[in-house]
Amino acid sequence: MRETSVKVWSSVGLAVALVAVACGTQTNNSGKIGGTVHVLAVWSGSEQASFQAVLKPFEEQTGIKVLYEATRDQDAILTTRVEAGNAPELASAPSPSLLARFVREGKVVALDQILDMNKLRSDYDKSWIDLGTINGKLYEIFSWTALKGLVWYDPKVWNAKGYKVPKTWDDLIALQNKMKQDGTTPWCIGLESGSASGWPGKDWIEEIVLTQAGPTVYDAWWQGKQKWSSPEIKQAWQTWGQILGPNDSNVFGGKNNILATNFGDAGTPMFANPPKCLMHYQASFITDFFVKAVPTLKAGEDFTFFPIPDVNSQNAGAHVVAGDTFSVFKETPQSRALIAYLATAKAQAIWVKRGGKLSANKEMNLSDYPDDISKSLADALVKTKVAKFDAGDLMPGAMGTNFWKAALAFVSNQNELDSILANLDKIQQTAYTS
Amino acid sequence: MNVAAATRPESIRAILSPHWIAQRISRVLLHVAVIGLTLVWVVPTVGLLLSSFRPFSAIATSGWWTALSPPYRFTLDNYSQMLDQSNLGGAIFNSFMVAIPSTVIPVTIAAFAAYAFAWMKFPGRDWIFLTFVGLLAVPLQLTFIPISKFFVEHGITPDNLGALNLPPWIGLWLAHAGYSLPFSTYLLANFFRALPSDLFESAEIDGAGTLTVFFRIILPLSVPALASLVIFQFLWVWNDLLVALIFVGGAPEVAPLTVNLANLTNSFGQGYQLLTAAAFFSMIVPLVVFLSLQRYFVRGILAGSVKG
Amino acid sequence: MDFSVLLTDIPTLLAVVLGVPLVLAAYIVGGEYLVRRLPDKNRPQLRPWLWVGPAIFLVAAILLIPAVFTVIQSFQDNVGTFVGLQNYSTQLADFPSGGAWIAIRNNIVIWLIFYTLFVLAFGLILAVLFDRVQYETMVKSLIFMPMAISSVALGVIWKFMFWYQPAGSPQTGTMNAIVTVLHHDPVAWLQDQWPNGLAVLNNLALIGAATWGITGFSMVILSAALKGIPGELLEAARVDGAGELTVFRRVIFPLMMPTIVVVGTTLVIFALKAFDVVYVMTNGNYSTDVLAFRMYNLLYVSRDPAGASAVAIILLVAVIPVLIFNLRQFRAVEARR
Repeated sequence: MRETSVKVWSSVGLAVALVAVACGTQTNNSGKIGGTVHVLAVWSGSEQASFQAVLKPFEEQTGIKVLYEATRDQDAILTTRVEAGNAPELASAPSPSLLARFVREGKVVALDQILDMNKLRSDYDKSWIDLGTINGKLYEIFSWTALKGLVWYDPKVWNAKGYKVPKTWDDLIALQNKMKQDGTTPWCIGLESGSASGWPGKDWIEEIVLTQAGPTVYDAWWQGKQKWSSPEIKQAWQTWGQILGPNDSNVFGGKNNILATNFGDAGTPMFANPPKCLMHYQASFITDFFVKAVPTLKAGEDFTFFPIPDVNSQNAGAHVVAGDTFSVFKETPQSRALIAYLATAKAQAIWVKRGGKLSANKEMNLSDYPDDISKSLADALVKTKVAKFDAGDLMPGAMGTNFWKAALAFVSNQNELDSILANLDKIQQTAYTS
Repeated sequence: MNVAAATRPESIRAILSPHWIAQRISRVLLHVAVIGLTLVWVVPTVGLLLSSFRPFSAIATSGWWTALSPPYRFTLDNYSQMLDQSNLGGAIFNSFMVAIPSTVIPVTIAAFAAYAFAWMKFPGRDWIFLTFVGLLAVPLQLTFIPISKFFVEHGITPDNLGALNLPPWIGLWLAHAGYSLPFSTYLLANFFRALPSDLFESAEIDGAGTLTVFFRIILPLSVPALASLVIFQFLWVWNDLLVALIFVGGAPEVAPLTVNLANLTNSFGQGYQLLTAAAFFSMIVPLVVFLSLQRYFVRGILAGSVKG
Repeated sequence: MDFSVLLTDIPTLLAVVLGVPLVLAAYIVGGEYLVRRLPDKNRPQLRPWLWVGPAIFLVAAILLIPAVFTVIQSFQDNVGTFVGLQNYSTQLADFPSGGAWIAIRNNIVIWLIFYTLFVLAFGLILAVLFDRVQYETMVKSLIFMPMAISSVALGVIWKFMFWYQPAGSPQTGTMNAIVTVLHHDPVAWLQDQWPNGLAVLNNLALIGAATWGITGFSMVILSAALKGIPGELLEAARVDGAGELTVFRRVIFPLMMPTIVVVGTTLVIFALKAFDVVYVMTNGNYSTDVLAFRMYNLLYVSRDPAGASAVAIILLVAVIPVLIFNLRQFRAVEARR
């Protein structure tokens, strides 16, 4: 008896509360929604300050308090929270494969009903919306992006030595041979990255697969339908082997240095006097590392970039991209408002202006980018004809991490390529089913 | 005068005796060994300390020992940036709120249990005790999802507890207590078991009850073991990041200091130079705890009581 | 910096600091009061459960039940169908380099032997030596300091120790600076799988870092035990003309044996569940994988909870010999009194 009455009362209370919320969202005299929203994302340190700057106008306009939690251990924390039924309303999605799993388990909210899809379609190129779509429904939006496949160099050194930006893959190989003859190792590479060691090597392979074998093979490959030991993928590794040179001799410091050097420090020897290497391959975020390590460097004068040439000219204009996505795990008026806000160019511009991020939003003004380098990066992003998402992130977790590890193993001993690929094939057989 | 004259030849003889010389040499060797080992041990810490006063561009390009020779380029930047975070005071407060109960609860409960394991007879005692020790090997990561589920189902979440005006850390306290009990009970039971049994017999003859024996005899005699246990449990909780993130999360209202400090670096690992300063900052409290409990590690606590 | 919160919330802090012990004391005093009301016959039956009850309850809820789930899950696939030993056969496939074998070897051979030995030996040596000097507190605090450092900072410290720069460049890492002064090429301590890909060197490097971090633990406990040895006993032995080594061997060591067993057991278990150092420094690459880390990866990266369970059970089974040894020790102490 008592129990029923409690239930009746609580449902009445709930109805009252709902009415209050409904009224509040529409007719609140200040026009503010109020309340709170939990957000979990990976941005800590300097990035956290930037993200909070993005949130500030939102909080002021809506009166919603954003309870932001930063964690570097996103996979463990988010998985535990989601499994326990205690998910944050909004999270920056960790990796597409983890998101796909949550979608399958019905733990993520489809955004089609929440967002103004017509606006979204006019703001973003179709390929970005497709990247966030699983089984015909949109589950994540891209707030910021990074362009991969860039080669960084010191233009002053290059001008002095008379090196020209290579237009084709053959030009690039010719250039690196010339650099060697001139007595400097062409490349600086560092694969150490703590719990993610090896990923810069993965970036190389992805870009090579995409521009050598083409987008069809690339898609089949991350979907697990293309064997690692197939000629196309094996050729990509061998092509990277050409860059590394026999026994990694094209790289400053050789094998041990590649493995032991942090990806963030890897490019620094380029700015030594005399330079220890002349090229560094890394995504657009690396500029901040250059400037922090050598504070006297000026973007554009002391370092600049060119997109790495396509291995096969048939695939010109294809590039691997990565991005910061958001997904909704619990639908509330507050989370609806926030995800809509994060999809706007206005919100994205705040971080873009602070540097280090690009936006795929067509509404974004090129003038919002803080310097010439980021302007030309944004330009390169817009000119990218085929944007493919980072394959290693798209693969299931076990496949992705073993991909990084394979890059480390390949650098350790290039002659073991066949057994490395055979091992990846074996993981491929189980990783997609579990 | 007389006395001095009488003793002097003897003491000179004593000084020159081979036994005396051997003793001197072994004293010197002892000091050399103690100081040598300690010096080797502090090298990494000294490296960290010097690095914490160096600018990032110097840390990244030269070894820490180069800071010891001119040109000196020391800076307080790492410390000022580290201290500049918002809500550092709140985080320290949260750390105390997490660490104190998470130490008191398991140590007390373990002391109760250890007393029973060591000095009472009950069916299945040895097997229960062994299960405790065996559970020490359970990897904590494995328990996160089941315990979180349980907590969420029963409303033991920071949001809920906060709404009820209860400390939002209760779930975290229970988790830390559970994780700590196998080791705490194991350590204390072995210590209690080694206490001389005639102590208890005489106490029982005097008609002292169980509580009296526990509070008046066992606990005072076990102060060194209790002190070391308190130190370790406090330290482990104070330095814990993952368990706190799982059970209370990283929101500034509840998150302990470790969350703030880990968030000094960004997702690319940039800013690790700030961790050097942070390491020394977060070390202060554990070291104070250690030093203040030092005085319980003195010879004779046990010996004195046995006689009395 | 804003420390005002620290002051405004002092009442909350006090409530918790005083409230928690008060609840615990009230429990045991109240419980005893009730037990005493019982008839004489029932008291010894009930009293032990009063004392162990809270511990059993908490351990069951926080550790035992998840452990039992793990056992069950290790015989199921990830949807919950019974699959027999399949998870185990996956983990134990392809000896010696496939499945979990590298982790098993690292844990059960390298970590178990060297970590336990190093930490126990250093702890004992330091405790005994420090006991004899006036400035004991100071040197002890210095050895203890690494204990007060979190694992994140530990990663930074050992980055400064193991840092590698190619031969010819100035070395930024302590170890390589020493090595190059001795006219040897710099060593990639964490990456180099010396000798011949057996990966002894880099695993020992990790164990070295872990040993440095935990020796304060064994030193403090062993030192506490050492202080428990009555001074008269030592004096008596010395008066009888025993040398210091004999005193150590004949008096100190036997009397400390129970504590050494406790510390040793704990360290063996720590060695088996080693995680932090590997997670922070190598991520299990270059053949430095360990069981707890493999389990973590299966659980959170591969999302294969069933496989993770099997690895955890392998870890738990490895502890059984230690438990049997403890049971014997336990019974022996009991028989003696």
